[in-house]
Order: sequence, then C-alpha cells, then structure tokens
Amino acid sequence: MINITEVFETNKMIEQENLDVRTITMGISLLDCADENLDVTCEKIYNKITALAKNLVKTGEDIAKEFGVPIVNKRISITPISLVGGACCKIPGDYVQIAKTLDKAAKEVGVNFLGGYSAIVSKGMTKSDELLIRSIPMALACTERICSSINVGSTKTGINMDAVRLMGDIIKETAEQTKENDSLGCAKLVVLCNAPDDNPFMAGAFHGVSEADAIINVGVSGPGVVKYALEQMDKAAKEDKGCEANFETLCETIKKTAFKITRVGQLVAQEASARLNIPFGIIDLSLAPTPAIGDSVADILKCIGVEHPGAPGTTAALALLNDQVKKGGVMASSYVGGLSGAFIPVSEDQGMIDAVEAGALTIEKLEAMTCVCSVGLDMIAIPGNTPATTIAGIIADESAIGMINQKTTAVRIIPVVGKNIGDTVEFGGLLGYAPIMPVNKFSSERFVNRGGRIPAPIHSFKN
Amino acid sequence: MTRAIITVVGKDTVGIIAKVCTYLADNQINILDISQTIVQEFFNMMMIVDMTKSVKPFDSINEELTKIGADTGVQVKCQLEDIFNKMHRI
Repeated sequence: MINITEVFETNKMIEQENLDVRTITMGISLLDCADENLDVTCEKIYNKITALAKNLVKTGEDIAKEFGVPIVNKRISITPISLVGGACCKIPGDYVQIAKTLDKAAKEVGVNFLGGYSAIVSKGMTKSDELLIRSIPMALACTERICSSINVGSTKTGINMDAVRLMGDIIKETAEQTKENDSLGCAKLVVLCNAPDDNPFMAGAFHGVSEADAIINVGVSGPGVVKYALEQMDKAAKEDKGCEANFETLCETIKKTAFKITRVGQLVAQEASARLNIPFGIIDLSLAPTPAIGDSVADILKCIGVEHPGAPGTTAALALLNDQVKKGGVMASSYVGGLSGAFIPVSEDQGMIDAVEAGALTIEKLEAMTCVCSVGLDMIAIPGNTPATTIAGIIADESAIGMINQKTTAVRIIPVVGKNIGDTVEFGGLLGYAPIMPVNKFSSERFVNRGGRIPAPIHSFKN
Repeated sequence: MTRAIITVVGKDTVGIIAKVCTYLADNQINILDISQTIVQEFFNMMMIVDMTKSVKPFDSINEELTKIGADTGVQVKCQLEDIFNKMHRI
C-alpha cells in the first residue's frame, strides 16, 4: 500500500516543483475530408474535428481534477493540410479559408492550439505544397490558434534547398504581416528536418499519414522536478561525503526522476484514451520549460555544473540530460514517440533568457546544443532586418545537423520587425519574452540561391 | 473498488480529523488506512479511502472536502489513488 512519504513527495512535485502534464493532443486524420469543392472540404473538416474533439477539453479537466495533477494544454494535430487541400485549393487564398475553418473549429472545441497547417516537402514540393507554403503568412496573420510546420529535409531524402530558400522568405513575410504583435506569427511557424508523425508539442505537431484515424498523444514535462532532485542529491552528497555527487549518481538521479514524471503522463494518456474512446498513441518524454521561475531546463544545466548555459561543458551536460531522460522515461511508458528529450527554447525559459542577457549564450552555441537536444533553434528573436537568405542559411545548417545525425531538428526563429540588438520582445503567456540576439553578419546568399536539393547522406563510414 | 487518497496539510488544529471523518461517514466513504506526521508544527495527514459506495460523485466530494479544509484553515485534497501507485510502484 502507498505510504505517506510517497504521497507527499508526489504532491510536492505538483505544488512546488511545477510538475504537470504539458499537453493532451488529439491527432485527427483529415484525409477523408478532401473534396474538389473548397466549401465542402471546409465543412467536412469542421464537422470531423468538432465531432471527435468535442469532449477533449472537458475530459482533460476531469482527469486533472480527479488525479490532482494539472494538464496545461489540450490541443489538436491534423493531417498535413497540403494533403487535404490539394484537390480544391487553386490559389493561396483558398488555403487561408481552410485555416480560418480550422481556427473556428479549434475555438468551438476550446483547444488553445491546432497544429498541422503543414507540408512535408523533404524531397520535392507539389503544386499544393507550394500554394500552402505561400499562404502561411496570411493564414497566421488572420488566425489565432493555428500552428504551421514545414518539413524540408530528412536523413532518407536529403534537404530540399528550394523549400529552405522559400521558407527564408516566408518567415520574413510572416513577421511583416504580424508586425503589430511583435511578429508573433513566426512563433507559430516551425521548419523541421526529420519531423516525427506523432509529435504532440506545438508548433511542430501534425498527424502524419502513418497514423490511425484518431489518436491520443501526451506530452509530459517537469524540468522543475529534475532540478529539485539534483539539488537534493548534491545536498545529501555534501553531508555524506563532503563533495558534490559524481556523474554516476547524477545520471541515476535524472533517470529515476524522469521515470516518475513519465508514469504520470502514461496514466493520464491511458485515462484520456479510455474516456474518449480513442486509441493511445505515444508519450512524448520531453522536459518542456515555461517562463515560470523554477520551470527551466537552463536551471538543470546550472545544477549539473555550468555557470550559465553556453559555458564550455554545456553541450555535454545537455547530452547526458537528454539521454538520461530517455533512459528513465522509456521504461515508464508502453509507447514512446514524438520529440522526446529536453527542449531548449530561449524565450520560454527564464534561465536561457538570463544566459543570453549575461552574454553567455549565442546562436552558434545554441546550434551546437541542438546536436544533442530533442529539437533545435527554438523561440529565438533576431533583428527584423536579418536577410531572408541568412534565415535560410540558418535553416540549412539545422537541417544538415538533423539529416546527418538522424535526429529531428527545427528552426523557430522570429525576425522581429522594427527591433534590433538591445531590444526585447514580449510574446506573452507560455511563449514568454526574449532579448533580440545577434546573427552572424556574413552572407549566405550565394549558397542558398543555388537551387535544387542536397542529396541524402551515406550511412556508412561514420566519423 | 474506487480508492482515493485524502491529504490534509496545515497548522495543527483541534478537530481536523474529526471533521473530515464525520464528512466521510455521512457520505458512506470507508476509511482503509490513516497515517499522520507533524513536521515543524505542520500537520500532514493521509487517508486511503474506499469510495465505491459513496453517495455523491467524486467531483462533489472533492469540492466539499476542499471547502471543509478552507473553513478550518488547512488544505484538503482528494485524489484517485492511481497517480501515486503509478509513480511509486513498478
């Protein structure tokens, strides 16, 4: 039988260390909504989403109350919409009409984000894919809850450099069209390499074609819990041996904590799946920070021993953190998927913001960290006058890291119109705020303008 | 069997357990186990209860217990037992 120490340990994690389930995301296939008539397509999409997800938010709230654990977000991911709108969309404006329909459906069922305004163009773009990509700036400017993602490369296909180049322009245009809100549109737009089909986290969530008709995916979190466990570990080691814990103890502590956090996610996922009568897909084992004090991946890195993220040793610290979270989490869940690892967004993590302001963390160091973290350059604000070709160059670099290392990488970067180094930008809520970070001034123009694609990498001679 | 864990945390006050127990008895909720500690004058109590025959739904019980706690100046929570079992037992 459960004992009092265990009960209070769990409740302390929830009440004082920000343990929560970050998201229950319902994946919905919209492939059966495709029609040659735009209005019919929109109607089918609206009806399917509102029918399947009508109880999603209520179910999430019920589970949160009954188990006493917060479930922060209830969200929806859909089939990449370029696969659904191909037959009926003739101009970018047609896709915008679908975006508005999706936004309306999201508001009707009460979810805060709906992801999947997406296209998978890792090898080439269909006409439909290109129309969708060109509609993104307008779609993000006239909707509130839609998230967009474009997959421009993979280990199996190489990198579609035409798409990379185009996304440089699209990110700039999205920033321009949402400049009244500090270019907020770009916070809902991510460019990926090796995007997973079952990711529950925004902005990169979509319901891939390998998935069933509807599925429940859950993203767990809890950087605060890991940080507290590490603090207690060092305190005990100092009392016991007079020095801080070694790497063996450190790794064991992270693993055990990740196990506990993930078990809560597994429970919530199984309950949601049973109550909504929709199959359980995966748990995404991510440490997802929020701007709340103590809910920070940067703080964990500091506990591990670097003065600020960015100091030499940071990449190694992040690598061990990411690996131990996976090792602990995998045993706690029957199916693991999505992005699974530690997120290192800048604006959403107070410790990362502090590191940038202290001059410890640069985009180049963040790029190195993305080789071992779960995703990539995330929520980074850069000067509004950064050229589109430079943004495309950054996307190409990140995609190359993903392609060669067989991992997911991503770029969610915000060229904030009218702002420069020394300014800060406030996105609000979970998106937080960010200082504008300097970008390398030298040009990538000739490189990204070549056109075509980078061939898939060889899978032998690994050095 | 629907098992829940009720926790009470707060400054030690006369009659806390009596109030919670009376409420549970009135609603046909059976107490299976009680344990408590006092840490630096703070009262920590945990009860394992069987709610199978409860006359009210879980939601109402949870809200009313929270209210009893608030009236007495302590924090009372009621949670389904599964969250603790899942986290601490393989």
